Amino acid sequence: MWALQSKGKNSWIEERKQLGRALSHKQCHVQYNHHLEFSRGCQRLTNHRPRQLARLQRSVLPAYPSERVEYTQLVENVKLLDRYTNRRAASGTLYLTATHLIYVDASAEVRKETWILHHHIATVEKLPLTTAGCPLLIHCKNFHVAHFVIGQERDCHEVYTSLLKLSQPVKPEELYAFSYNPKMSKDNREIGWKLIDLKVDYQRMGIPNDYWEITDLNKDYEVCSTYPPEIVVPRAASKATVIGSSRFRSRGRIPVLSYLYKENNAAICRCSQPLSGFSARCLEDEQMLQAIREANPGSPFMYVVDTRPKLNAMANRAAGKGYENEDNYDNIRFKFIGIENIHVMRNSLQKLLEVCETKSPSMSDFLTGLENSGWLRHIKAVMDASVFLAKAVKDEKASVLVHCSDGWDRTAQVCSLASLLLDPFYRTFKGFMVLIEKEWIAMGHKFSHRCGHLDGDPKEVSPVFTQFIECVWQLMQQFPCTFEFNEHFLLEIHDHVYSCQFGNFLGTCHKEREDLKIFEKTHSLWPFLLQKKQELRNPLYRGFTAYKELQPNTLPFSFQFWCGMYNRFDKGMHPKQCVLDHLLSCMNQKIKLEDNASELENKLPFLDGPLPSEACYLSKVGCAASKTSMLNTPQDYQGEPPAVLSNGISVGDANVTSDVEQKNKENLANRRDLHRNDSVDVLNSEAKDGKPQHH
Amino acid sequence: MSCSRFLGSVGTIIIKCKDLRIIQLDIPGMEECLNIASSIEALSTLDSVTLMYPFFYRPMFEIVEDGWSAFLPEKEFEVLSSVTDEWRLSYINKDFSICPSYPPVVIVPRSIDDETLQKVAVYRHGGRFPVLSYYHKKNGMVMMRSSQPLTGTNGRRCKEDEKLVNATLRPGKRGYIIDTRSLNAAQQARAKGGGFEQEVYYPQWRRIHRCIERFNILQESLIKLVEACNDQSHNMDRWLSKLEASNWMTYIKEILTAACLAAQCIDREGASVLVHGTEGTDSTLQVTSLAQIILDPDCRTIQGFESLLVREWLQAGHPFQQRCAQSAYSNSKQKFEAPVFLLFLDCVWQILHQFPCSFEFNEHFLVTLFEHAYASQFGTFLGNNENERSKLKLQQKTMSLWSWVNQPEELKNFQNPLFEANSLVIWPSVAPQSLQLWEGVFLRWNRPSRFLDEAEEEMRRIIDYNRFLLDKVKD
Repeated sequence: MWALQSKGKNSWIEERKQLGRALSHKQCHVQYNHHLEFSRGCQRLTNHRPRQLARLQRSVLPAYPSERVEYTQLVENVKLLDRYTNRRAASGTLYLTATHLIYVDASAEVRKETWILHHHIATVEKLPLTTAGCPLLIHCKNFHVAHFVIGQERDCHEVYTSLLKLSQPVKPEELYAFSYNPKMSKDNREIGWKLIDLKVDYQRMGIPNDYWEITDLNKDYEVCSTYPPEIVVPRAASKATVIGSSRFRSRGRIPVLSYLYKENNAAICRCSQPLSGFSARCLEDEQMLQAIREANPGSPFMYVVDTRPKLNAMANRAAGKGYENEDNYDNIRFKFIGIENIHVMRNSLQKLLEVCETKSPSMSDFLTGLENSGWLRHIKAVMDASVFLAKAVKDEKASVLVHCSDGWDRTAQVCSLASLLLDPFYRTFKGFMVLIEKEWIAMGHKFSHRCGHLDGDPKEVSPVFTQFIECVWQLMQQFPCTFEFNEHFLLEIHDHVYSCQFGNFLGTCHKEREDLKIFEKTHSLWPFLLQKKQELRNPLYRGFTAYKELQPNTLPFSFQFWCGMYNRFDKGMHPKQCVLDHLLSCMNQKIKLEDNASELENKLPFLDGPLPSEACYLSKVGCAASKTSMLNTPQDYQGEPPAVLSNGISVGDANVTSDVEQKNKENLANRRDLHRNDSVDVLNSEAKDGKPQHH
Repeated sequence: MSCSRFLGSVGTIIIKCKDLRIIQLDIPGMEECLNIASSIEALSTLDSVTLMYPFFYRPMFEIVEDGWSAFLPEKEFEVLSSVTDEWRLSYINKDFSICPSYPPVVIVPRSIDDETLQKVAVYRHGGRFPVLSYYHKKNGMVMMRSSQPLTGTNGRRCKEDEKLVNATLRPGKRGYIIDTRSLNAAQQARAKGGGFEQEVYYPQWRRIHRCIERFNILQESLIKLVEACNDQSHNMDRWLSKLEASNWMTYIKEILTAACLAAQCIDREGASVLVHGTEGTDSTLQVTSLAQIILDPDCRTIQGFESLLVREWLQAGHPFQQRCAQSAYSNSKQKFEAPVFLLFLDCVWQILHQFPCSFEFNEHFLVTLFEHAYASQFGTFLGNNENERSKLKLQQKTMSLWSWVNQPEELKNFQNPLFEANSLVIWPSVAPQSLQLWEGVFLRWNRPSRFLDEAEEEMRRIIDYNRFLLDKVKD
């Protein structure tokens, strides 16, 4: 009937996606629950759509479909329901391309597009037929929920089956990263992959040193198939010790260094559970732990932290696994920290999302739901464990060995968070990338399984990485000046962990990524994010040296519900003016202004009085500058649809058009101003050139 | 309030303050400790208003502008009369004889004479006849407020009341009566002589019932919330369930929703609104004042907000002395104590949080107002209404809070660096995900604020520097 036509050139889609995002009309859902019937007079007015405006908008955002994007399926007269209000549903056209589902709203005053990456789709459900048509409910992994209603049952079924197929690729080669082509030179692509070098980070910690060395014992993945080829182990641990220890650790995941706190030589190390069963012991493993402890001469003991609840760890003993017996290891202090397993976390998120999706919940419903989901309790548990690690290292000067079962979920969470608490480097752009590469990607967090990149076992899927990202966000709330990046950076990373657009998160471990040839065939996410540094930075950041270790408050009230993540696409719930955007625009303006100011200052001594052209330039720059600030400031929220009444009528519809009109006029005015500014700049440079002649 | 206990010869006094702070003093010597405790006890529970701090406070600053005369009704009316002549000032209550809780001067429809007002006052609870609360310049719609009509069980009507209420409608227009009680509660009120406007007698009005809680229910909510915030245990489930059980956030949502509804009727529906509950001194004022913050950009400036407080809370007769007597740590059941004003401030903070660039004032300003409403060296919040205030001669004997706040060097602490005047109506979201616990009040003493203060400082620095550059380039 129709065939997939993947052209493999989707960079344009990506560009347009961003453009679309930037220009897309903000949604607003204001819910005031009450029962009222208002006159319907205002509804009619909306039909008078200003034609001129529509045209103007199109010239900014060319009409879709364009020849440049191949789509494989098109369905017209599709409604997109608004989840939170009973506003009239949008009506438009649905396109399926090789990579995206695109919905173009034809009924809106301003052209509005919704783009959903196939890889982001978690579930597609066909709901029972209604009078309006056949509903199709799409849940995305980035917590976007789209509720379409398609007129024809047959169309709906076709879209449904296509999406099922498109959203659950079977073979890794079908992943977006292998077709994504941002038109980058081969050299640049390779440089991109070299941006993050973990060796440099170990050097930063002072490794190799007297106690620690980087070894290539695992170069053929013989010690551990899920570890990277190069690992950091105590110098005192011989090859035999390492190999012996690997046989006593689940999946050969031996204790290796995660972070060395240079100030006092205390280290954070990580591994998987020992195969101790009820009584088994391993001399090499005991030697290994001794070597780790002795690599920190300042402390007579070390901690061994099992991040699982005690019951779970004990149950593992029956399967020949388990935890360290304090009697068998010299000078260890053993401790359980009850973080729940991946299945509990998956169910918890499921419950949380149900709460987030509830239509007009009461405050009580929401808080009870939040509590019952247990989500914040788990976030707190991860944070508490990380704080314990950081305190042990910094205050008690003791090294810590951390494990859970396999040492790639909970262990990754707490090791990376503890490093982030201890070392300000990891709170920079570069440092955070290093941290993710080191503790998550290199150490074999199974992104492919946990994120469900490919059609596979749903029980392997779990929001472990999402929890880590949220913990970082919680820290940002408590320490707003200590991170170089802002919330959008976290969300971007979270998006791309699921998008499979870049190679970084494909597969489950380093070996698998080598087999997939991701370094040859795909692009790295990090350079792409660094390009967008300006919009992803934190304006309040006080620099690398301003804060050292962080000691977060972990009392329950210090944890907030992250609306920006779990209700991210419900813009109506977010603050209508955004302080971050405002400050970012200030920062951007600052550079321009400083240039202008210094330019002016340089000129002053040479001039007896302002030249006519210069006076004109001055006033216009001032004007343009203030205009720009108006455009970028949160004031720009106007045009937001107003409060909506429960009977489904947007009472403000009558005003929407005029608001939009006003907004467009303003945009036009701004654009004109900016243009004028450009031309004036030319004028100005002419004046500058002409200056010597003048004197 | 305070309590003391002994351990050896060191006595410990724990002082629980109205601003929710808890201080522990360890005092050597049992007798000294007891003496101090009893002094604190006596001084913190004075019987007579005239013995309170404002009557002894001597300001160390020079008064530039007297706050007592900063917001006179006549001045406010001048602004109104420049846009419409449909309203007049009435001095009918100049000796507080018609309505003891109203100010001497009120604004009423020009077409209604004082005689009519007198009859309406008899028909309304506590004499609180409908008066103008807000005039929406954009479309000429108004918000009125009053107390409940005294219909009783046999459905008494009052033609003058109907005339007054209808006089606020434009020809052919309809209006909305927002009753801040549930229908059930309003019906029950009839048994006690109260009631609500019946459709038959007010055919041009539609009645909407909202359910905003009152009195001890609110006070209990505050006590539970503060207790939850002071709980230092590490149990997330317990915290969330206590937060939920306090119902504080539920009340915030309910009040904001009612205010949005009133604002919606006026701005979006082009309809006039009459708001009342039972007495018209609590939930009514929450709704009318919040609706104005949503609708009127002037109320989002410092001066405008002060003016709003004077008009809609102080002059409108919110009984501050009764409501803000003990705050959250009172163990005795105070019959009239209720955090009505604190809830209002919390709602303002919620809107401020959602529109951080639309307010001239900052969170600190709201926290300061909360503190002064409960305990102050200034006379502004003393007494329960203008009548009591005039009897106490507060204007002559005490200093106005506004005289202090409005000094330039104090004002700058209350200014929001992000403020950019915005003439629009601002519609807050009332979804539970959008509402947050007001940490600045409830968690203020429970955790260090250093890092948040530094962020605030940094933000101010960025914006100030930007302004400096802009000015430099402009000059």
